[in-house]
Amino acid sequence: MGRKLLLEKAHVENIRSYEVYRKEGGYRSVEKALKTLSPDQVTEEVKKSGLRGRGGAGFPTGMKWSFLAKPEGVPRYLVVNADESEPGTFKDRYLMEFIPHLLIEGMITSSYALGSNRSYIYIRGEYAWITHILEQAIEEARQHGWLGKNILGSGFDCDIYVQRGAGAYICGEETALLESLEGKRGNPRIKPPFPAVKGLWGCPTVVNNVETVAALVPIINEGGEEYAKIGVGKSTGTKLISACGNINKPGVYEIDMTISVEEFIYSDEYCGGIPQGKKLKACIPGGSSVPILPANLLLKTAKGETRMMNYESLADGGFASGSMMGSGGFIVIDDSQCVVRHTYTLARFYRHESCGQCSPCREGTGWMEKILWNLETGKGCSSDIDLLWDIQRKIEGNTICPLGDAAAWPVAAAIRHFRDEFEWHVTHPEEAQKRNFGLAHYADPLTAPVA
Amino acid sequence: MKLSFTSEQLQEVQRLVSRYPEGREKSALIPVLHLAQDTFGGWLSTEVMDYVASLLQLKPIEVYEVASFYSMFNLSPVGKHLLEVCQTGPCMLNGSDSIVEYIYQRLGIRPGETTTDGQFTLKTVECLGACGYAPMLQLGEHYKEHLTKEKIDALIESCYAKSAALN
Repeated sequence: MGRKLLLEKAHVENIRSYEVYRKEGGYRSVEKALKTLSPDQVTEEVKKSGLRGRGGAGFPTGMKWSFLAKPEGVPRYLVVNADESEPGTFKDRYLMEFIPHLLIEGMITSSYALGSNRSYIYIRGEYAWITHILEQAIEEARQHGWLGKNILGSGFDCDIYVQRGAGAYICGEETALLESLEGKRGNPRIKPPFPAVKGLWGCPTVVNNVETVAALVPIINEGGEEYAKIGVGKSTGTKLISACGNINKPGVYEIDMTISVEEFIYSDEYCGGIPQGKKLKACIPGGSSVPILPANLLLKTAKGETRMMNYESLADGGFASGSMMGSGGFIVIDDSQCVVRHTYTLARFYRHESCGQCSPCREGTGWMEKILWNLETGKGCSSDIDLLWDIQRKIEGNTICPLGDAAAWPVAAAIRHFRDEFEWHVTHPEEAQKRNFGLAHYADPLTAPVA
Repeated sequence: MKLSFTSEQLQEVQRLVSRYPEGREKSALIPVLHLAQDTFGGWLSTEVMDYVASLLQLKPIEVYEVASFYSMFNLSPVGKHLLEVCQTGPCMLNGSDSIVEYIYQRLGIRPGETTTDGQFTLKTVECLGACGYAPMLQLGEHYKEHLTKEKIDALIESCYAKSAALN
């Protein structure tokens, strides 16, 4: 059984309330940081911890913090990204809903390190009830002296506010989020300048994911070096995985990144296997944007090594035969499902969520959706598959923000690994309406090295 | 009739505005639009948007362009109860299509339509972050998860009961 650092106390009765949270050792990290560490020392601990951004990109948090410009007399901001919208991902929601003080605690320490006297949580608009939970937690923290002026006599002032979005996946992109927080349309900004130099209202800003900021609590309590001992290689600490799709036990699991993908799917401690005796066909291991993998490449890398649940192993083989850890949105697909239909729903999602600034994404996502719908409904032709491939190639890398890439990758990977299923839809248009393609050879052991 | 927030709601607007540094009142726009939509019948008419613009001292276009960007803001009338069914990948894998179909059987409305009695509007939406609890829908501020036909029946009944109690 792996170590739990974030969700260890999530099931303690009434942990949502300040009293219980405090009794369970809450807010110790704020005491330690504000009384015994300088802001730079907090950043140093984060660097030592090897913590990587938990939102999807996996960028080292300590390094991101050290980029923050600190011009004299200009306010700096910490903005927590709680705009969790990547299909398959619901881990931040879980954390905020069940143990909200953990996020507030991590935010106070992070704000201290960054010198942010006014920090914001930008939460997706649909999580309306969680907004109330967080506001309640903030109010309790304020009443007990953890927020406000001169916290613990340190001379540091900090307030936290919750901002609700209104339904836009794109606002999870940090510059679109800042635009939205400024009361505008969520159109991503051209970078540079990066938010670290010019962010919220033109001031230096750090945008971090909920889980990243919550990880500050164990990092400060145990020390960066101790935190870095958990996990393997550059995948330090623990990671929340939100597991969904065709599994017996969907839910949020905290793993220490040393278990195998196979164990994660089949062990009763985690997903508990696939229901109704069905077989594993494919999996999207890190949220809808990352490449889908067929069962054989999911469980073992192309080199034949056991694939593990960490950043490096999931990415092993690049996009040719690997995928990504991404946001930890783990979508399992069984052999009764249709990859073309699933890919269609994702393409429709990205078309819906494209902000429309860049033509490759605005037009390309619409075309991909239409072509996939034609294929799925038996109206496609074989050149459509090549056309799809061509469109995704022309979106990737040609847009202001990564939404274009995120829309292109799932389509590319589906064609790369499941081309015969697409072709079957073209050659068997009527049969494709009645039944699914099934497992085919997707779970067979690899006989030849891939790419 | 000229529409207006109550004095408590105007205080709430002030509280929202106070969360930002001076001169950054525009940041309150999205929270105030939520408040306006909840207050004035579940959607944002031009009149409502103009009112919000006047409150925050913005040009009307600044409000329109924001309201039209975000999917939670309705720019045309909706029923008293808005059923927003998620249909993205993980929900599709767990049968969201049959949920949409069942609501059609029960209420006779397709996505985008409202029942003739003005009680229900059905809308399909993209991922709401409840993938592990699929299939699901959003009703007002709440998520209804692990949906079954029985749960939808109960949900529809409770909506009717709620409307009846308000009349």
